[in-house]
Order: sequence, then C-alpha cells, then structure tokens
Amino acid sequence: MTAMAEPEVGRARVRKEDERLITGRTRWTDNIALPGLVHMAFLRSPTAHARITAIDTSAAKEMPGVIAVYTGDDLDPGGEVGMPNAWPITPDQKTPRRPMLAQGTVNFAGEAVAVVIARSAAEAEDALAEIDVDYDDLPVVLGVDDAVADGAPLVHEDMGTNTSAEWIFDSAEAGSGGDVQQAISSSEVVVTRRFRQQRLVPAFMEPRSVVVDPTAPQLTMWSATQVPHILKTMVAMTLGLPEHQVRVIAPDVGGGFGGKLAVTPEECAAVVVAQKLGKPVKWTESRSETMVSAHHGRDQMQDITISASRDGTITGLKVDLLADMGAYLGIVGGGVPVLGAFMFNAIYKIPAYRFSCTTVFTNTTLTDAYRGAGRPEATFAIERIMDELAAELGMDPMELREKNWIKHDEFPYTTVSTLTYDSGNYEAATAKAMQLFDYDGLRREQRERRERGDRVQLGIGISTFTEMCGLAPSRVLGSLDYGAGGWEHAAIRMLPTGKVEVVTGASPHGQGHETAWSQIVADQLGVGFDDIEILHGDTQSSHKGLDTYGSRSLTVGGIAVVKAAEKVIAKARKVAAHLMEASEDDLEFADGKFTVRGTDTSTAIQDVALAVFAAHDLPEGVEPTLDSEAVFDPENFSFPHGTHLCATEVDTETGRVRLRSYVCVDDIGKVINPLIVEGQMHGGLAQGVAQALFEEAVYDEFGTLTSGTFADYLVPSTMDLPSFTTDRTETAATSNPLGVKGVGEAGTIASTPAVVNAVVDAVRHHGVDDIEMPLSPMRVWRAVHKGDAAAGGPGAEAGGGLGSIDSAHGGAQ
Amino acid sequence: MRITVTVDGTGYTDEVEPRTLLVHHLREKLGKTGTVVGCDTSNCGACTVHLNGQSVKSCSVLAVQADGCEVTTVEGLARDGQLHPVQQAFRDNHALQCGFCTPGMIMQSIDLLADNPDPDEEAVREGLEGNLCRCTGYQNIVRAVRDAAGHMRPGAGPEAEQVSDAERTTTGVGGDA
Repeated sequence: MTAMAEPEVGRARVRKEDERLITGRTRWTDNIALPGLVHMAFLRSPTAHARITAIDTSAAKEMPGVIAVYTGDDLDPGGEVGMPNAWPITPDQKTPRRPMLAQGTVNFAGEAVAVVIARSAAEAEDALAEIDVDYDDLPVVLGVDDAVADGAPLVHEDMGTNTSAEWIFDSAEAGSGGDVQQAISSSEVVVTRRFRQQRLVPAFMEPRSVVVDPTAPQLTMWSATQVPHILKTMVAMTLGLPEHQVRVIAPDVGGGFGGKLAVTPEECAAVVVAQKLGKPVKWTESRSETMVSAHHGRDQMQDITISASRDGTITGLKVDLLADMGAYLGIVGGGVPVLGAFMFNAIYKIPAYRFSCTTVFTNTTLTDAYRGAGRPEATFAIERIMDELAAELGMDPMELREKNWIKHDEFPYTTVSTLTYDSGNYEAATAKAMQLFDYDGLRREQRERRERGDRVQLGIGISTFTEMCGLAPSRVLGSLDYGAGGWEHAAIRMLPTGKVEVVTGASPHGQGHETAWSQIVADQLGVGFDDIEILHGDTQSSHKGLDTYGSRSLTVGGIAVVKAAEKVIAKARKVAAHLMEASEDDLEFADGKFTVRGTDTSTAIQDVALAVFAAHDLPEGVEPTLDSEAVFDPENFSFPHGTHLCATEVDTETGRVRLRSYVCVDDIGKVINPLIVEGQMHGGLAQGVAQALFEEAVYDEFGTLTSGTFADYLVPSTMDLPSFTTDRTETAATSNPLGVKGVGEAGTIASTPAVVNAVVDAVRHHGVDDIEMPLSPMRVWRAVHKGDAAAGGPGAEAGGGLGSIDSAHGGAQ
Repeated sequence: MRITVTVDGTGYTDEVEPRTLLVHHLREKLGKTGTVVGCDTSNCGACTVHLNGQSVKSCSVLAVQADGCEVTTVEGLARDGQLHPVQQAFRDNHALQCGFCTPGMIMQSIDLLADNPDPDEEAVREGLEGNLCRCTGYQNIVRAVRDAAGHMRPGAGPEAEQVSDAERTTTGVGGDA
C-alpha cells in the first residue's frame, strides 16, 4: 500500500474562481451582448402612495431610438400577474398582488410604472423623462406602530387592514415548555425592552441585471440572481409559460446576501417585453434604482420580556414582533421573521417561551431576506437583553450566559422552540475567545478609566450565539407552510479521460463553491483537484436545484455531492471487480484506486471510467455509465455557534465609537477550506458591524428614501472597520457525513449585538441602557448627555447628515 | 466627437456622444467589460482604471476627456501570461469573493503602491477608502496589498504599464474608425 495522499478537505486552497475575476475575464449579466439586443428602462414612481389617474406615453414614443413604451395595462391587460410569495405563513395571510408595473395605484416610491425599450440604454433612459403620469396622492403609511393603529390609513384599501398575518408559537401549547405569562408573573426579576431593528439595504456590489432572449423555442434568461432554479419555475408559473421552454442562467453574480433571492417585476417584465417584440432585451439597473426597488432587510420592532430568578436562572422569554413588510410580500416575505422564532431562545435553557409576530404593510420598498434573515434579529434581541438582565442582577454578563447555556454534555438538546441541537461546545469556544481577547485585562482597564473619569470610556460586548443553518429539512418547511422543499441536487459525470464534471444545484455568487466542491470530490473519488470542473447556475446543465441562501450550500448541496460520489464508487466497484476478476467484497477503495485486499493488484477509477466508456467488457446487466446523481434532504438543521467579544472606545464628548478589538471564536464544525471560511467570517462581521454602527434605510415623512445612494447609505469603507481576530473550535455536526455546519451568515448574526452591547457597556454608568441602531455619534452623544435612546430626532437623517442630498431640495431634514 | 484612446496597448478611434462616460465607452463600445459599474454617485470605485498612469474612477471621466490618452484596465495588467504582483497577491490572500469590486480594487492598489511602495495597514486603508467591497470586510485586501508590496520591484508602478511604441497596435477591434 502506498501512503495516502494529503486530504484536500481542510487545505487552504486558493480559489479556482479567482483567475478570471482578477483578470477581468468575467461574465456578469450586463456584459452579455446579443444580435439585435434592445434595452429597457423603467419609469419609477416618485411618490409613495397615489392613484394613477393618467399615463401619457405618446411623447416618449417619438424620442430617438425608442422602439416601444408600455404601461402595466399593456403588459398585463387582465391585471392577473402577481409576483410570487412562496411562504404564506398563515392560511389567512393577506397577500396583495404585486404587478410587474403598477396598475391603478403606486404603493411605494420606486415602484415601476412604465417601461421604455430603445436601441441603447441611454436612449431608453432619455425617453423616461417624456412620459407624463398624473398621480392623485393618497395618505402615506409609514412605521409599523402607526400602520397598526386604529383608524390608520390603508396601504391596500381593498384588504381592509394593514396587517398581513399574525404567527404565534407558544411553548405551553406546543408542549415544549411552560406558560410564559405564569413564568413572568411568578419570577423575582423581570426585564422588558423594546428594540428596534432598523431597515437595511443588502447592497450587493453588482447591480441587478437581466437579459432575455426569446428567439429560440426555449427562451433563455440570464439574470444576476442567487436562485436560477427557483426563478425558472416561478417565472413559468407566474407568467403561464411552459416550464420546459424556459432556461435560466446565473452567470458570474456579484454578491447577493439575500438581496438576489427574488423573483422580480423587472425579470418578469423583461420576459413579456422580449416576447412582445421578438427581440432579446436587457435591463441593468442603476445603483439609485437598486436602493429603492430591490428588497430591503430587517425592519422590526421587538418587544421583549425576560424573567429570571435572583440567582440568574432564566424562567421565561416573551417576544412580540411587528415586522415591516413594505408595500408587498416578497418571495419569502413574512417567513423571514418566522425563521427568527426558533432562535430567540438561542443557546439557553429557557423553560417557557412565547413568540408572536405580526407582519405589517407600509408604503415602503418591500423587505425580504438579507444575510441571516430573521436570525440576526432574534440573536440581537436575546443577546442585548441578556446584558440588560445581567445589569439588573448585578452579574457579569458572561457568568449569566454560562449559567443558562446548554452544557457540552447535554447534547443532543431539544429547545423550548422544538429544534434539536445535535452538537456544540459553548464552553470551549468561550474559553478560547476570553483568552484571545484578554477579557480580565480589559475589564480592569474599564474600571480604571471609569475611576479616572476618562473622556474615552471602554466597553465590552458579548455575543454567544447559535444559528440554524442549512435550509432545510423539507418536512420542517412543510410544517411551516413554505411552498417548496429544502433538498439539494448534485450529479457527477465521469468522463472517458478520467476527468470529472460535477453538477450542483447550489448557485454561488462569491462563496467559492468551485473550489470547495472540487476539494470534496477530490477526496471522495481520489482524483486531482484540477481534474474536476464544477458546473452550476445554468438550468440546462444543472437542471435541478434549490440554489444558495440560508447557509445551505455546503450542508445540503455539498452533502448531495458526497452522496453522488458514493454512487459513482458503488457503480465503479462492480466494474473494477469484473476487470480484476475479483469479488466485489474483496475490493477496498482508497486514493482513487480499487485494490484487491491483501494483494498489490489495483485499478484506478479513471481506468474504470475508460473501460465503462468503451463498454466492451462489462459485467452482465451493468449499464455502461458511472455517472450518478443524488438528491439530499437533510434530517435536521446544523447549528454553528460561537463566542464574539468586542471592545469599543466611546468618546463621551463626541459620541464617536472606535472598535478597539474584536475577537470571535466560531464553531462551524469541520472545515473544507480555512481560507474561504476566514473570508466568510470577515465579510459577515463587516455587515453585522455595519448594522450596529453605520447603515440605515431612512424614509422621510413622505415615504421618500433619503438614504438612496452610496453617499447616504453608509456601507463601511476600509477606514470604518478594524482587523478582526478570528479563530475556531471544531465540534463536528452529527447530522451529515462531513460534519459541516455552514458559515455564510455566522459573522453577521453574531456581531451586531456584540458591538451594541460594548457601546452600552461603555456608557452604562451614565444611565444609558439602550441606544437605537445605527449608533451614530449623534445618537451616542444624546444617550450620554440627554438620556435619549430613541433613533428619532437629530441624527436620524440619512447618512448621519453626511450625504449628498441637499435639504433645501426636499432631502433629509 | 471623434476620439482616439489607447486601451491596454491598443489604439481605438471612435465617434462618441459628448456625454458618454469613459466607463460606458470602455464597456459598450470597446467591449472592455472587465471594468464594471457599481454605483452612480462615484462612491464605490468599481470602475477604477488608470488614465495616463494615474487611477481615476472611469464613471467620473468623460470619454472625450480621454482623447489621446493611455488607459490601462484590469484586463491589461497581466503580461505574457504572468499576473501582475497585485493580481497574484489578491488571489494568494483570498482578497476577493464575488469579485465585482476587484478590478477597481486592484487598479487602486497599484496606484497606491506607486505612491507608497511599503505602506503600513493604515496607509493601505487610507489609500483604498474610495473603493467599496461588500464581501471581504477588507481585511484580506489590506493583507494582499501589503503582500504585493513585498513582491514588486522598486519603482514598479503605473509607469511600468506605459506601452512602448513597438508594443502598441494601432487598429482596434470594435471601433467605428
């Protein structure tokens, strides 16, 4: 026996994807040019809520280069087409029709009203100015509290309410815990807080783009999407097209973060327009269009009550959410806050729990999935209120957590919200993080600064989080009324020359699947890393899949690849035994070779592939192919966890926050590629920090988005972020054969409360017990000097007032 | 207006509308789609190229302003199959994920290294402040730029991109001339 090759899994391979990306040989949707291609531009409503009384497109049609101008009634005369909502969270959920182009009323500023098609994008844009729309203003509904108030004006008058649905989980009813009201009324300590999850913009760097070519019987759509497979099925269903005559391609896609988990009016309009004209059409949005028309994320008001005994043992947790859906429900829509329902109890043993969520319509851009989707909101609330409970009890916040978390020898553990956590070791991750962070040293410095009355105060923030990854076991999705399953597909093609093509239903847009999947297959089949090609994102080659979101690609899609490889080996074993005239039972497979046990007779899987291709000499009844496919449906979620520690310096005279150090120790199970994992952590942390300190989609009282550009919506730059210290512990997931858990959302979920806890901790001695996000210098200063926690008033404006919108011209006030 | 621009060593003569931005000229007329558009307010820097050896956001330059100029894009950096040290460092240090900001990041990084061949972390962060990335949190980008600094020969900056007359071809493909 020769020595085993070094396993690929676990190696810090540089990425296969990078070569084309660093040399500009990219295939973004907007790069595509086809013969006869024409360009679309959308006219968008400047007003948040109005009746459309007239649209005059005659002047626009006379503009140079213009081929056609269409309104909603032109594209959909019957008013029947509505964008899909795949997750009706209750049977009686109210789901307003979201048309391709507004018909009758506009319900948010930015909603598309008409479309121009012209020979060039510039000519299409020029003609927009010549379309004349008469709007009759309606009252604008903003803010969930106002939207649900008695007598509030209605976003959709015909629905008779602004409430879409109310979803409740009660541990007493579910039999998973006690009655929360009873727990709260009989507890020694009760802490209640209202937290505000501000609205965020996913802000993927590549603006959305779609190209539709209708010139063959099978229509082809290229789209900058996370979900080509879902898009194919949904476009067919939404527009009544035969599904087999739709091909969707997601070429290189420049980030998504949930923001490209969508089936959009623009995509559907592009199909209808292309079919009307019989020509290929392209639409690429400007960033200003992205900001108002692509879905936003978060936006909840969270009323949280936690109860405990004096010794710090938690007795109950009650959560009431109002979640702002915007004007319509997106594809996941109300499901986002419902996902959070399972995560408020986090890593803690909570004996009684009740969660209720009301999804509410307002005259704003719709909200839907954004990195973490429901779980960051839940993690923020529980980790913030743990600090508040600790302060109330006079306990160290880490000691309080430790007292209540699930111990490493208590797994598997079924939580009060009915999930079964398969594995974890919160003690180990915390011990490592505390040591890397120098927790005790920083607490000492904090005391010294307080005693000295330093202008700059030090704060320490903790977030000990878990999340549910790998959406999802299909039966769980079914029990939550989700419209599809959570499986994933993979196929492996063994080519005659011994090279390997791997087809995956996951659809990467920056995650590095081509590299990670190659590493997995190299180990499974014993073939070279460079002999493997990963095919994805084209429904013609990758015909089956449920795409990439919810940290599912590896834990579901990667496992499907493993299952397909196992089938390849099983098929090859029969042929190898036949070729070597041995019994199948006597063969062992390692390092890409079948060896007859106890001999040095062996044959490589590549040789088997060639023999199968020739098919001259196969065992009786064996089909001449090694190609195999598998569909993997997980039995459970995976549960990454970690301990994040943040130290902030807060200048009490200016309100400025500086991140002094950030340490996180994450347990994401087995790691395929540590380089990619580290990158995912950094990027996730950046987005979580950004929610805590910088970003907010701000509307003025007319429903105009005032943070509508990158000058006003503060995506952090190099100067705004520190270097993070990231490390790992490794507790294998028991729910899949690789022991992997998922990493895409961990940093974002964990970091926001760590940062806010650190800032509040720095100024708690000034009587501050909350500051609403983002923690701009103005808000921190007001909290310290005026005792205001709320986000209203000065400092609430777009970009903290640094932006490009001139208040003299109707911008931020 | 008729303009002649040399892009990555090839001269192109075209009729352009006066309002055409350099980035649109590169992408739509010349097929240089390696350079991308990420915003419409000059905040993101994804469209950064070098104009006569200096980095510019090509969304903030009119095509007519580039008449007679030499433009280098991310597509023109590798020579004879050899990646530019900054390209190589971005790959080695996992300084990109989706890769959309990467062309601009690389071009801006080369420019900053020309000004400061051995920048510390703070200097790299200052030099890249005008380029946004949503994927990486910047940590590996900073690492890559410092790594590249160690691999670049002294004085290797944008000047090194200037194409000698002998190397230059005179007829571009896709031009109107």
